[in-house]
This record gives sequence, C-alpha cells and structure tokens, in this order.
Amino acid sequence: MSHALKLYCQTSSLAELRKFIQIELQETGISDALQLQLTLAVEEVCANLIIHSHNCDATEHITVDVIKSTQTITFEIIDDGNAFNLLEYQVPDLQTVMDAKRKGGLGIILIKKIMDKIEFISNGSTNTCRLTKKISS
Amino acid sequence: MLEIITIEENQSQLLQISGEIDASNSVELDEAMQKAFRSGHKHILVDGEKLEYISSAGLGVFMSYLEDFKEENISFKIYGLNARVFEVFKILGLDQLIPIYPDKTAATSA
Repeated sequence: MSHALKLYCQTSSLAELRKFIQIELQETGISDALQLQLTLAVEEVCANLIIHSHNCDATEHITVDVIKSTQTITFEIIDDGNAFNLLEYQVPDLQTVMDAKRKGGLGIILIKKIMDKIEFISNGSTNTCRLTKKISS
Repeated sequence: MLEIITIEENQSQLLQISGEIDASNSVELDEAMQKAFRSGHKHILVDGEKLEYISSAGLGVFMSYLEDFKEENISFKIYGLNARVFEVFKILGLDQLIPIYPDKTAATSA
C-alpha cells in the first residue's frame, strides 16, 4: 500500500509532514518511540532538501511516498532540485560538532542511525532518497 | 507550535519548553538559549516535560552552546523529557554530553 504527500518547500510544511507520517504509521503496530524516530528521519531528509536544495522556495515541492509491507516500511522522498546524496556526505563526529559550536550535521547522523537502509537514485532530473526500516522481528 | 517561557528562580534561569521544535522555529530556542547564556546566571535548566518533538535543528542549538557553557563554568541541565524524546537524545549520544534528569527535584539536587 502506498500513500503520497506533496510538500511545498518551506520549513512551515514540516508540521504537515509529521502529521502525514504519524497517520501513515499509526496502524502499523510499531511502538510510539519508533514512530517518532521514523518521522524524524524522514523530516531530516525533507528539511535538508527544502533548505539546501530548494532554498525554501515555496513554489517548489517535494513528494513523500510511504510504502508499507508486513516486513518493511519504505519512505521515498522525491524531488527535482540539486542532487544531495546523503550517502556521500561525511558524517561528522559528535565531538567535532560540539567543538566547532556547529548547529548542523546532526540530522544525517540521526537518519543513518535510525534507518536500516538508505538508497539514493538520481536520473539527472529527478532524485529519489529511499529510506527503509525493517519492522518484523 | 512552540512556546518557551523563561523564568528566573533561585539564581538560575529556567526555560520551560512546550510543543515541537523543528527547522521552522529552532531560531526561537536559539534566542532563548542566547538570552539565558548572557543573563549571567551560572545555572541554566531546561524543563522538557511538555516538549513533544525535537529535530536535529533543535538538538543542534543545545549542542552549539555546550562549549560556551563549559568555558563560562555554567551548569546546564535538562529534565522531564518524555521517553520518546529522550530516546532521540540517546540515539545521538547527547545524553552523554548533557546531564539529563527525570524530574526537577533530581536535576536541582544533583
């Protein structure tokens, strides 16, 4: 089963994204804590795209698709901005972030720690970031 | 929706945070933290009992002050986080860098 959300590229859209993901996850039987973590991972990808690839241009949009099966939940985040392949991004060390008094860089650490599989597909005009979480034991 | 109330009590600055912190409003947390840092108080407490959600934008704000607090000898503590939000701090390892307590009594007596 798959449901999609069209999300306009402004940070105020993030609350709408959380609501959408929460509704999608509420009948999956996964714990509240994991629901929040998956919501967070998807939001981190979307926030990165909205801010860095689309410069918060509310006339542009990204699409978030949720695909549920009995064993996995997959989120596909599709956009046509500048490709940002988070797999190629050097994950900063927490101490380095703290020493540098930086506010950024933590989102990618969270995504990589929360999700089981991260894929990035770019065909030149469309970029797809696919996040997968195993839900069966 | 985010609300931050700053209270001065017993020579400490208390920030009561309610709602959700994300990239759209983390600047409000940054301003409150900056104000607390500049207040001259040596104790800064964050009441997270009503914090429902925090993304890396908010966590990054807390992180970015830790060195300043260390340099200025300011004690910084967070208390009352619900289990789901606390889990996010733990995933990132922030529970190793910030003293986090279950409630205010534990935070103030530690």
